[in-house]
Amino acid sequence: MSHTRDEVDALLPLPPATFHILMSLSDEDRHGYAIIQDVLVRTEGELRLSPGTLYRSIQRMLEQGLVVEARTRPAPALDDERRRYYSITAFGTAVARAEMRRLTQLVRLARARGLTPETT
Amino acid sequence: MMRFYRTLLRLYPASFRDEYGDELYAAFAARHSDVRGGAGQLTMFVAALADVIPNAVAEHLEILRYDLRYTWRALRRAPAFTVTAVLVVALGVGANTAAFSVADFALLRPLPFPHPNQLVKVWESVPGYGRYEFSPGNYRDLQAGATSFSALGVYVPTAMNLSGRGDPLRVESAAVTATMLPLLGVQPAFGRMFTVADTVAGQSVIVSNSLWRTYFGADESVIGAHVSLDGKSYTVIGVMPATFGFPTRTTALWTTVGFAAGDFDDRGNNYLKVVGRLKPGVTVERALSEANLIAAQAERRYPKDNEHVRASVNALSDEMSQRARLLLIALCGATLCILLLACANLASLLLARASSREREIAVRAALGAGRERLVRQVVTESLMLALLGGIAGVALAVVAVPALARLVPSTLPVNEQPSVDLRVLLFAAATIALTGLAFGIVPALRAGRADSMTALRDGARAGGGRKQRVRAALVSVEVMASLVLLVASGLLVRAMLRIESVDPGIETSDVLTARTALAWPKYAEPLVRERFYNTVLSDLRALPGVSGAAYASFLPIAMGGGIWPVIINGRNLDRNGADKASLRLITPQYFSTLRIPLLRGRDVAETDDAGHPYTAVVSQSFVTRYWPREDPIGKRFTIGLHERTIVGIAGDVRVRGLEIESEPQVYVPSQQVDSGSLVFYTPKDLVIRSSSSPATLIPELRRIVHEADPQQPLSDVRTMDDIVSTETAPRASQLRVLAILAIIALLLSGVGIHGLLSFTVSQRTQEIGVRMALGAETREIVGMIMRQGLTLALLGAVPGIALAYAAGRAMQALLAGVSPSDPVSLTIGLCLCVVATVVGCARPALRAARVDPISALRSD
Repeated sequence: MSHTRDEVDALLPLPPATFHILMSLSDEDRHGYAIIQDVLVRTEGELRLSPGTLYRSIQRMLEQGLVVEARTRPAPALDDERRRYYSITAFGTAVARAEMRRLTQLVRLARARGLTPETT
Repeated sequence: MMRFYRTLLRLYPASFRDEYGDELYAAFAARHSDVRGGAGQLTMFVAALADVIPNAVAEHLEILRYDLRYTWRALRRAPAFTVTAVLVVALGVGANTAAFSVADFALLRPLPFPHPNQLVKVWESVPGYGRYEFSPGNYRDLQAGATSFSALGVYVPTAMNLSGRGDPLRVESAAVTATMLPLLGVQPAFGRMFTVADTVAGQSVIVSNSLWRTYFGADESVIGAHVSLDGKSYTVIGVMPATFGFPTRTTALWTTVGFAAGDFDDRGNNYLKVVGRLKPGVTVERALSEANLIAAQAERRYPKDNEHVRASVNALSDEMSQRARLLLIALCGATLCILLLACANLASLLLARASSREREIAVRAALGAGRERLVRQVVTESLMLALLGGIAGVALAVVAVPALARLVPSTLPVNEQPSVDLRVLLFAAATIALTGLAFGIVPALRAGRADSMTALRDGARAGGGRKQRVRAALVSVEVMASLVLLVASGLLVRAMLRIESVDPGIETSDVLTARTALAWPKYAEPLVRERFYNTVLSDLRALPGVSGAAYASFLPIAMGGGIWPVIINGRNLDRNGADKASLRLITPQYFSTLRIPLLRGRDVAETDDAGHPYTAVVSQSFVTRYWPREDPIGKRFTIGLHERTIVGIAGDVRVRGLEIESEPQVYVPSQQVDSGSLVFYTPKDLVIRSSSSPATLIPELRRIVHEADPQQPLSDVRTMDDIVSTETAPRASQLRVLAILAIIALLLSGVGIHGLLSFTVSQRTQEIGVRMALGAETREIVGMIMRQGLTLALLGAVPGIALAYAAGRAMQALLAGVSPSDPVSLTIGLCLCVVATVVGCARPALRAARVDPISALRSD
């Protein structure tokens, strides 16, 4: 399924939580708590998504077609029966890429102005 | 901790909770299992709160935003529905808020004095004849004997000529005892109250705040200033606060009332209005029985003066006249009818909308919208309608309240105007909103049920029979309510017509009236007064266009009182009985100026002075009462402290106004009174018949009065026509208000009938198509729809007539003798209802007639 540029651009810029969730789902399907943990690990403890924020984001992302509930479950040994797994859609990937492009451009513009990240 | 989190989750909207509640719980539980120790628990606790509360609020707002957007689109797609619903709500809320604001102000608002429930008025009363003011003697007995009151006070309303600064001014005033103002619990803005010494000297005056501002230029140093009242010097000792108005809103100043020893002797001289403050815990009933006991003792001691005299006690706040009270209650009843109509219409509109949206709702339910979301959507829509209508209603009330405020009598001691009452507004808005919610939610709940799938399958054929019956009942209720209002207005119109057709006994056109209240003691001598009258009257009569001018004690209609007992052949007066006449002191030409016919004999004459036999002119009704079959000329009777001989018979005048039967009238020459007696009856009202306009006459009149006495103020300049229309004005305004309400009611029920039938027709399109395909004539189809409408109207009309009769009975005092079962009013009311029904039916019936059988059967 292809998406027009407009449909993608309409969602930009993405709320940070949404972008993190898309990143988290980009390599494998995960359930909610797994997403929280993944984001926590990848941001080195900087960002802990609260359950409420997570599921409100997921609800909206489902409506927007960025994610779907996964049809295939993981291997039975790893499966947690009670939980719903989410996977990223092609549209979700396209939106994540567009957001990445937007952020990259932003960073490039900032560099061109001689701005450097503060060194600690 | 987990149970706490589970509870917190309830803050989320049900739709969100159903979908993600378990997930949320699991995620939180997973994190919770990692936590150890009290500090960790606390962190979790804070984290749970910080997570759930903002997210739940955000989720609710999101749904609200979505619902509002959806509602807005839905309402814009159905503009007719939206406009009608908003108008209906606005009328209901607006009319009710306005009417109850005014009624609450006049009927329920406590008096602006501390502990207003303790304030009562005390009267002398004679069984069957109502209330009298107290005489000084009886008041002294009450004061000495009564233990129910913490204080008793007296006031005598009067009017005085104020001069000393600028133009002389005629002001309303009250003479009070030293106890009167303090017992109300009000302090002067500055200066002091009266002392007993002030009442003995009788030279102190307290002024109202508005007089202080207008006449004294808000001069702070006014205390101690001297002014002249009726030619006598007074010292200003105090200024009352702006909110104070007693006994009326327009009282401008207060002087003292004092008693000389001789004043207590005449117990028939009733002129003291008595106000008391009950001791805490004492009831009106107890005070009444005590006052009656004292009155009974006085009767034993003074059997002649006090025969049958008892007491009457009523709350000071109950002082409003029965008619004014009835009028306000009728107004409230009428607006309640409107509220009922508005609710019925809104309910009907929403039911129709629900029926036509059954499929839409079923589709949404099929697509997974939970019942909660559907109900939320309907609630949002109902509240939005209520809000829009409410805003329009408030605007309506703001406009209407000042108009209705004119129905409040100015005699209430309340120094402010009614304003829109927030509580009433909320009440009306809440009633409407509840109606909206109830009739909006029920269909939505039903739609949320599983069997709503039938709506999808059945298409438009499923009529929703029960809903239709509810709507039909609502239409009948609407017809009933509007019939009640129509008949009530009809009765009032008839009463108005009847009153307007009453002959007042005088010719009111081309008559200018004015008052020159003569100050005492300057004018205590009849001869001094006569000089003033003659100067003014002869100068007036010399003016071009003036065909007559005269002085009299009071103007007919403007003043109904001035009643004096009649004694014939020493026959004793019966205080309970009817031996009373309306007494007027007049100058010659009074009859010709007002065109009162002189049926026999002669007018009073210049020569009827104290040196000649005392004479009187009496009315036809006076003759009918005492000498029905005899020649009355030359008969003698006693009135106004003298025996007088009848010299003329005049036509009857409606002295007490057009609505009330008046006492027989007796006119005596202004010169034939004793010096200093009959003060109350001293001629002060001037009547002038002139073909020139009041605009040219009034400056001349001012000049003439000024030349006769430069100190003499001129007041109350108005035409006799104005006096008559002032008399009928309250009735005219009450009629207008009720008529407007009746028209609104008629419109509402027309809208209701129209709405129901158009909906029925659209629901029955297929059935009508089948009938037409089977050969039904257009005429039959139209007849069928009309019959349905008329049946509903009839079902409402039957109880409507019964209720209208009951309403008419309840307001009989306003009807001037028109019977509550007046067939003309009933017939016209019924006809208007039928017309509204037919008009409401017409469009749906025509639409039914134009149904094309082919497309009707093919549709869906």
